[in-house]
Amino acid sequence: MSPFASIVRRDLRLAARAGGSILTLVVFFALVATLVPFAVGPERELLRRLGPAIIWIAALLALLITSERLYRDDHEDGSLAAMRLARLPLEVTIAGKLLAHWLTTAVPLMVVTPPLAVLYDLDGATLLRTELTLLIGTPALISYVGIGAAITVALRRGGLIAPVLVLPLTVPTLIFGIAAIRPLLAGTAATALMFLIGFSLIAIVIAPFAAALALRMGAE
Amino acid sequence: MTDGAPSVGFFSRLANPGHFLAWSRYAIAPLAVAAALLVAIGLWLALLGSPEDYQMGSTVRIMYVHVPNAWLAQLCYGVMALAALGTLVWRHPLADVTAKAAAPLGAAFTAIALMTGSLWGRPTWGTFWEWDGRMTSTLVLLFIYLGIIVLWRTFEDQARAGRVIAVFTLVGAVNIPIIKFSVDWWNTLHQPASVFRAGGPTMPASILAPLLTMTAAFTVLFAVLQIVSMRTEILRRRADSMQRRHASELSARPA
Repeated sequence: MSPFASIVRRDLRLAARAGGSILTLVVFFALVATLVPFAVGPERELLRRLGPAIIWIAALLALLITSERLYRDDHEDGSLAAMRLARLPLEVTIAGKLLAHWLTTAVPLMVVTPPLAVLYDLDGATLLRTELTLLIGTPALISYVGIGAAITVALRRGGLIAPVLVLPLTVPTLIFGIAAIRPLLAGTAATALMFLIGFSLIAIVIAPFAAALALRMGAE
Repeated sequence: MTDGAPSVGFFSRLANPGHFLAWSRYAIAPLAVAAALLVAIGLWLALLGSPEDYQMGSTVRIMYVHVPNAWLAQLCYGVMALAALGTLVWRHPLADVTAKAAAPLGAAFTAIALMTGSLWGRPTWGTFWEWDGRMTSTLVLLFIYLGIIVLWRTFEDQARAGRVIAVFTLVGAVNIPIIKFSVDWWNTLHQPASVFRAGGPTMPASILAPLLTMTAAFTVLFAVLQIVSMRTEILRRRADSMQRRHASELSARPA
């Protein structure tokens, strides 16, 4: 097995055995999406229009609160130091960890999105587009979370700082993610989707390098 | 701390913290005087020498404060990004200090740009806040500045803070143009005709002169504030290390 694959497998196993963390995340995501109608009122038409945006915001918040999980345990038990000194480049290790993190956080959210779509009375096509943009956009969100978590891992009081750093960076993903679901002008959805793909790719490429650099710089 | 550069050129000598403390002492007063003079001339030109706008009246004069601050909001980030490169590539001790000093200044200029912008918007557009492309991306920039300030305050070890924050500053530098572009794209979909058409490319000299003077004035003011807060930071670090040395001497001494 390649080192990359073994990193991914290790993190997947850890996530599966930690127990409850995926369930907590999914429940949090569903709760946020359920609470918004209490704030904006139960009008069906309004909720149908807001639905995709609410699901996106809930996913964004859910992914942000997972940031601490990404390197914290490895930092505390010393695995992160070992990874930094290992022959496998830290960038590859980070890429593997981010992939595993995406699989254990973003994918469960996408699995529970259809029931939420029922709550918001979204039609099949909108649901499909929401899932598609989440599939393309969440890797970018996880990338930013990976950078933010790497910057704050050494901080004992780092809890809320990573989200504060990460949120401004997610603006483009949010804009193009939503615009690709429900175009404001006819014909712009395809453009938005292309930009979403492009910016996601940029984020995915930058994240392992930036996160590895931050971890190295913070460790010296 | 020693400077790692093998050849001691003019700039590395200028940038050595000790030398910096020595020469910057003499730079503060002339620069401060220059800033005060420029502000005085700029205000005189802006308040008395420039015409009222035929639609906006006197409120157009907010522009002479707004535009310089908006320019500095971006210049400060440029300074921080360059300093971040200095930190990561050359491990220059003064680069850390530069980046740390520029962050609160950048946040302040950005906040002033936003506030003057919304004060200007109230009589002009009838609202304090418009989800206009520029205003929105400036607001996001403010949040990035605030995040960086939070980081500086949270790290205990400032040398480590400098290196880690440098990484984030560069990530931000890559993302700010993307954010700007996305917000513009998002905004033009909502309102195809931009509300922001102040002046246009042809600006009469009576408006351009105070604008340029005020821009120069605020830029010099930034230089003064930057140098002063860099000096403060260097002295604070020296005081810290002296305190630490003192404490370790105390503990080393037999009771």
